[in-house]
Amino acid sequence: MDAVIENLPLFLEGFRNTLGLLIFSGIGALIVGIIVASLRISPIASFRTFATVYTELVRNTPLTLVLFFCAFILPYLQFSPGYFQLALIGLTVYTSPFVAEALRSGINGVPVGQAEAARSVGLTFGQSLSYVIMPQAVRMVIPPLINVFIALTKNTSVAGAFFVFELFGVGRRVTNDRGDEVIAILLAVAFFYLIITVTLGQIAARVEKKVAVLR
Amino acid sequence: MSSVLYDAPGPKARARSRMISVIGFVLVLALLAWLIWALGAPKASANGVVQPGMWDATRWDVFSDRQVWLALGRGVVNTLKMAGVAAVIALILGVVFSFGRSADHKAIRIPTTIILEFVRGLPVLLMMLFILLVFATGAYWAGVAALGLYNGAIIGEALRAGIQSLPRGQREAGLAIGLSPLSTRFRIEFPQAFRQMLPIIIAQLVVLLKDTSLAFIVGYGELLREGVRNLPNFFGERYQFSFFLVVLAIYLAMNMSLSWLARIIARRSGPKAGKLVDPEPTLTPKDSLASVRGSYSTGETAGPGSA
Repeated sequence: MDAVIENLPLFLEGFRNTLGLLIFSGIGALIVGIIVASLRISPIASFRTFATVYTELVRNTPLTLVLFFCAFILPYLQFSPGYFQLALIGLTVYTSPFVAEALRSGINGVPVGQAEAARSVGLTFGQSLSYVIMPQAVRMVIPPLINVFIALTKNTSVAGAFFVFELFGVGRRVTNDRGDEVIAILLAVAFFYLIITVTLGQIAARVEKKVAVLR
Repeated sequence: MSSVLYDAPGPKARARSRMISVIGFVLVLALLAWLIWALGAPKASANGVVQPGMWDATRWDVFSDRQVWLALGRGVVNTLKMAGVAAVIALILGVVFSFGRSADHKAIRIPTTIILEFVRGLPVLLMMLFILLVFATGAYWAGVAALGLYNGAIIGEALRAGIQSLPRGQREAGLAIGLSPLSTRFRIEFPQAFRQMLPIIIAQLVVLLKDTSLAFIVGYGELLREGVRNLPNFFGERYQFSFFLVVLAIYLAMNMSLSWLARIIARRSGPKAGKLVDPEPTLTPKDSLASVRGSYSTGETAGPGSA
């Protein structure tokens, strides 16, 4: 236990960095994901192709490879704004197709009759999407979206291996110093992760229940 | 041809859409061309030495060496070895977890639930490190154990959801004909749940294959470590980008063919196979590959035949 208490400032710094990675890349992935999802359902064929290809490519690439690209290849190509920012780029790119897919499954969850009704009263594509489909889809999308963010929380640990000092990186460094208390140190790291993931999971469960009542 | 979301386009709208399509396509193509050109341009570094561009022959000649391909092949084999063993463990653990999670006795159910929540909330990487340092198993078994445990927990949850979604009559019928609760679960409920959840399970196995790359970080010599760390270290930094592209291509080929296989299996034996009622039509195509193969109309692919 001493090793944990002695290094508590380190752990808190790591926790802060993990939260930073989660929040910034979460927002980034949300923005890119919304763009990709709307390209995916747009009436213009080439946009749909582009979005589909992007989704397939990124989803089939391991996160480690994406972050390797950001941490090693980008600086080699003379683009190096610092490892935290590079990790943010990698996590954003990797998470965005998952966000897009979650959004799309939410749109799929809206009954076709809703869209038909919207169309039949004369709303345009944009109008039916923003007044009828999206308000319902967003509600259904929140639980799977939170699941994507839980996965993102766990994925930030990979950034720890690419020079970002977050929780996993803290765990590695402290276990190097204090080889005698490996179990306590790693359990402490696990505890910090669980704070984030369990909280998000609870929120998801609650929202899911609420949506189920509404529909 | 028409979609629910927008009118069937008339001649004018079709022409406009085609024009935007072409412009978008050209824009994307131009962006790609610029990227390729920018990568290929020779660069002057700070001390005045001009480095050749990324497509220069001096950056790619290494691939004529047989040793390189042998090393990459070794990496692929190691990756598949880890993924295969971990997948078997994950499936077995998944079955065990799902039984424990839906057991009748509280003494079994509650500890299993706690373990599942714990495992699902942690990064796989942290589990790998934990197993590596605490049990001193070596990188291979640390990776296999962590991947098996984590994906086992997820598969277990999927199977449990499958068991729960079955009509209650299934279980009651099993009990009524005199099967014990355990054999009812094993012979009546579980086969149906497994079949229903097969697409999710296979999708999870694709994730598992992707996640073997995490073992790179705990020091296992799989494809990523061989390809983007060991080989550039041996042959020189200037090959880094080339090796990266080749490794990326190998990963994409492996994962995409597995995803493709998963979709075929899902279509054959997924939840739809046994159902009498057609699934609800949806607003956008359900299957992302179907939309690659078929036309891109969002409305058309709705329905069971085209998914």
